[in-house]
Amino acid sequence: MDILNALVAFANFVLVPGLTYGSQLALGALGVSLVFAVLRFSNFAHGDTMAFGTVMAILFTWMLQSWGISAGPLPTALLALPLAIAATSVMVLGTDRLVYRFYRRQKAKPIILMIASIGVMFVMNGLVRMILGTREVQFADGERFLLAPAAFRTATGLAEPLGIRTSQAVTVVVAVICVAALFWFLNRTRTGKSMRAFSDNEDLALLSGINPDRVVMVTWIIAAALATIAGTLYGLDKNYRVFVYFGMLLPIFASAIVGGLGSPIGAIIGGFVIAFSEILVTNAWSKILGYLTPEGWLGEGLYQALSTDYKVAVSFVILIIVLLVKPNGIMGGK
Amino acid sequence: MKKFLLATAACALAAGSASAEDVKLGVLLGFTGPIETIAPNMALAAEMAIKEVNDSGKAANGWVFSAERADSTCIDASAATSAAERLVTSAGVKAIIGADCSGVTRAVLSSVAIPNGLVLISPSATSPALSDDPDEGLFYRTVPSDAREGVIMADVLAERGVKSIAISYSNSDYGKGQADAIAAAAEAKGIKVTINASHDDGKADYSAEVAALAAAGGDVLVVAGYVDQGGKGIIQATVDTGAFTVFGLPGGMFGESLTQTIGAPLEGSYGQHPSSDAAGYQTYLDMAKAYDPSFDGSTNFAPNSYDATAIVILAMQAAGSTDPKVYKDKIMEVANGPADGSGEVINPGELGKALELIAAGKAINYEGATGVTFLENGDVTGRYREYEIKDGVWETVKYR
Repeated sequence: MDILNALVAFANFVLVPGLTYGSQLALGALGVSLVFAVLRFSNFAHGDTMAFGTVMAILFTWMLQSWGISAGPLPTALLALPLAIAATSVMVLGTDRLVYRFYRRQKAKPIILMIASIGVMFVMNGLVRMILGTREVQFADGERFLLAPAAFRTATGLAEPLGIRTSQAVTVVVAVICVAALFWFLNRTRTGKSMRAFSDNEDLALLSGINPDRVVMVTWIIAAALATIAGTLYGLDKNYRVFVYFGMLLPIFASAIVGGLGSPIGAIIGGFVIAFSEILVTNAWSKILGYLTPEGWLGEGLYQALSTDYKVAVSFVILIIVLLVKPNGIMGGK
Repeated sequence: MKKFLLATAACALAAGSASAEDVKLGVLLGFTGPIETIAPNMALAAEMAIKEVNDSGKAANGWVFSAERADSTCIDASAATSAAERLVTSAGVKAIIGADCSGVTRAVLSSVAIPNGLVLISPSATSPALSDDPDEGLFYRTVPSDAREGVIMADVLAERGVKSIAISYSNSDYGKGQADAIAAAAEAKGIKVTINASHDDGKADYSAEVAALAAAGGDVLVVAGYVDQGGKGIIQATVDTGAFTVFGLPGGMFGESLTQTIGAPLEGSYGQHPSSDAAGYQTYLDMAKAYDPSFDGSTNFAPNSYDATAIVILAMQAAGSTDPKVYKDKIMEVANGPADGSGEVINPGELGKALELIAAGKAINYEGATGVTFLENGDVTGRYREYEIKDGVWETVKYR
């Protein structure tokens, strides 16, 4: 029995990666959920909006670096975020003006808007590839580790290492700040309240004198900001590659639907549910269990429910279960 | 037309001066298809060896060798076999240098070389399957099998006293083949393989894969992948969680980009990659330049093609016959020399000398451009550079 080592191994291979990945998914799902609540369609271009935002963050990071500006131990990309958000907002508002506004004026069905968003997705995907290509880009700088595994081992004398990367800590902190700011905005400010009113009952909101264009604009800006932050954090934590963002669309939608489409709290819960189930199911438990059971009890097996190749499949299984059992999601969205 | 006339004139001259037999060697390479960029240089290297022999005038019975090119296409087995069939029936070649890619080589071996009793010597087919194919002693290759590196990796690990390894391989034919070869060789050496799991290339996040590897444990993590793909991602995620501190790095992981991105945590990791330290390699490169200024002899498998051609000719000389059934038994003899190592070492550019030595009844040990030594099954041992990362540099430990 060695509870301490088991806890450290659990933190190192399950808790820390799960919290980080969950935060990234939650931010992505928040954006999808918000667009769905206010604009009433599933925005399939969200994954590529994230990629676009990340590309902007990378370009501005390079610009700041060439000027000799850095954020010390933190990644420079954090300083580039406001600029990247501005650029992504311009892009997204332009898209709305060119594509979505036309369908909105026509009172098109949500399914048509959704299909239009798939078109936007392909255009954006191509655009992003034209800027940075399909190569892998690593743009994290500053200190790599908040807690280096080797340093942890020497400091505690435990057999198991624990590593916390700066990007992982930054991801969680930034996600908490973003979520807090978003809830404050939606619940306390006039614009936020008008957005919720617009989302609950469009006709009633219009009658009360809410300016729909303004609500739509603010929604897009917030969605662009969330996408840029989520994409940049993911890129900092792992690395940037355009296809990866395209692939992230699916777990993000799974998170939003599991939590309940249109519900901000649901999106956050959904993000962590998906992230942790992917990791819990595909994790090999033999090491952690080995510390908790008397020696020789476990034998040779890895105690792994599914091979890591099936990681993506896990989120779909959960999605199917939720759609069958509780189609409105955990928080009862739309 | 002018070239054609010149060529026929040259042929006529050659035929006129040759007092005896004209010996044709087939050069069956993929002049079209996936390896069309390297095939021309391979053929040039083979023809360079032939020219060297002819210029020396030392071949027995006044033999004059010539090359007959044919297209293997690299991928189309039926096209390759019919091209090989044509070489045998209409050109009457006495050996085939080729084929190039493993698939067509296996097809040509089973449906042309064995039925016709012809020697087939490939400069570039690396599939481990060819080691076990029945060949009646007719098939040789001057490039090591992919499985060979697994044996070398196991040797390196065993020499360093490693007791257990975890293996992560790229989910590709190459990665799987190499991982299986390493696992088999390591277990034969008494090294425990705790896990042999794949990773997909092109993913952003490998923490789940690394968690499984860490759970299995082991002294060393052997990464049989690609340096600019998942292999690097696996190492990065491993370093980030501190799961392993020493890495085994086969040839696919060799590259400056790895030491640049990972940096200090790679210190003390080691591995090996195919690399020639043969004394004659530089001579061969110089000869290539002199033979044709536009011929870059360092392209893939070109030195192997030179060696393949030279070995066939030397074996014919040793047997005193161009009949494949007779000279095939001499191939091992001229390439490896006597077991006591008394054979005179033959480097590129010394083919004339080698022919003289054979004629005088002396033993030779052909090393050539790639350091050829055959194993019992007709594979070469290959030369590998064992490296270790010290101060961010891939330092040579030794060649093996």
